[in-house]
Amino acid sequence: MTPALRIIAPGVHTTVQGLERIGYRDIGVPASGPLDWISLRLANALVGNAHGTPGLEMLLQGPTCEVLADSVRLALVGCGASIEVRSGDARIVPAGQSIRLVRGEVFRVGPLIDSACAYVAIEGGLDIAPTLGSVSTYVRGAIGGFQGRRLQKGDILPLKLPGADIRSENALRRPLDLALDQAVRVVLGPQADYFTDEGVRTFLSSVYTVSPQSDRMGFRLDGPQIEHARDYNIVSDGVVSGSIQVPGSGRPIVLMVDNQTTGGYPKIATVISADIPVVGRRRPGRAIRFVSIDVREAELLRREQQAVTQHEIEGLRPLTHAEH
Amino acid sequence: MSVRFLPAGDTAIVVEFGDGIDRALNERVLRLGALVRDAGLPGVIETLPTFRSLMIHYDPLVTCGENVVAAIGDLLDHGVSGPRQSKLWRIPACYAATHAPDLEDVARRTGLGTGEIIRLHSNTRFQIYMIGFSPGFPYMGDLPQPLVLPRRTDPRVRVPAGSVAIAAGMTSIYPVESPGGWHLIGATPVRLFDLRWPRPALLSPGDAVTFEPIDAREFELIHAAVATDTYVVPCEANNP
Repeated sequence: MTPALRIIAPGVHTTVQGLERIGYRDIGVPASGPLDWISLRLANALVGNAHGTPGLEMLLQGPTCEVLADSVRLALVGCGASIEVRSGDARIVPAGQSIRLVRGEVFRVGPLIDSACAYVAIEGGLDIAPTLGSVSTYVRGAIGGFQGRRLQKGDILPLKLPGADIRSENALRRPLDLALDQAVRVVLGPQADYFTDEGVRTFLSSVYTVSPQSDRMGFRLDGPQIEHARDYNIVSDGVVSGSIQVPGSGRPIVLMVDNQTTGGYPKIATVISADIPVVGRRRPGRAIRFVSIDVREAELLRREQQAVTQHEIEGLRPLTHAEH
Repeated sequence: MSVRFLPAGDTAIVVEFGDGIDRALNERVLRLGALVRDAGLPGVIETLPTFRSLMIHYDPLVTCGENVVAAIGDLLDHGVSGPRQSKLWRIPACYAATHAPDLEDVARRTGLGTGEIIRLHSNTRFQIYMIGFSPGFPYMGDLPQPLVLPRRTDPRVRVPAGSVAIAAGMTSIYPVESPGGWHLIGATPVRLFDLRWPRPALLSPGDAVTFEPIDAREFELIHAAVATDTYVVPCEANNP
């Protein structure tokens, strides 16, 4: 029998995500990939996977799955929740460490509590062929992932490995800092000149909250209206993950990883790449405030973040038997 | 208007040639796109041509915005591009009432007869300015002036794949079923987007398109041929 995970309950929105889909933006296909690449990367490292190995992204509430393989090694990263093993040897394993389960065991990732997204990596990864060079799911376009969609009850998710060797499990040296209160850093532009000085001041001095109408395509924010200096339509141009559009309502939308490739609203600023995961983790109702920096600083912060993540991976510690 | 370099955070630079929609402007965008692709600049991941600007996506771990801007400036000053290769696609379109839910409405709004609308639409050689909105969705101009209308005030939740539509001085074809606010004046049986193809979009920015009127019977015949992968869309080199 093909090794697999059977989805007993899918959670709110669980998809397969790995590396970005590169090279198709000029024909309207977004990059996709995880909202929080740091968590996925750490989860992969905990189970011994290479960077970019596809895993499961869960939003707000995780799935319940049954192991249909001799054994499997998993790790959850990105939230304060736990993996609850509900049958066989019942136990609760906190985020940030790996765990080995055997055939027939059922595990559940509960409500994520603090973060909007979290990741489960599986040793060896999922046995899913890439579409346009990537396994990441773009649900709106039905591209990639498991049948181009979010997971549903009854799905059988094929795994690469039939089993996971018994060895010591790994843990993060310290819990991942979700930066839930950190100001989100932006670079102003490319269309900051479409807003009044007052509008830019409002944007940089107000506290916004994440609207429930947020998804992988964009996080809508509630809060003070940002004043346009002129038209609130532009001749459509390119957007990136992090582009902050301000439509006629004056309320900003932070475009995220499944963003359309082009847009017709002026963009007051762009979230720096290092802070995309910081935005991605904010649940509906969470506060967001913005602070402006320049491109050079943004690039520096990204390199620093890369180094810190690498350092965390090198510092993974084996769990002692008592911690198992 | 001189060229402007605008930062889109730390992962992209927008090279903006102007503020409007016209072919000369778009031509400069497409030419720079070809130059950047050929140059293979380190850290540059991909380019996205739009009406009046080229977005250059880069990896901030490999290069930096300053280097990208310098390299692009150099290409703009010294880059030599050969003639740009593009195609002219002759896309069959059925304007019969069953395939054109908004044709009567467009006739009322423009004060033109439906025959005149079809004549104007099918006698125009359109240029694909860019692809965006949804996978494979081409923004094509320019629509003859009498056909220029704003978008529908009441966008549809579901527009069928293959719908030929007009709005805001443009025409397009919905490659896959999606929501949409354009006026549907016809339909093509041709497939525009297919994940089985190495490059899944039939059309590329810079290509030209003409619509060849067909009746409902021909629509069904071509539709059947498309379903069995035995239909080839007529296409030739584009010599503007």
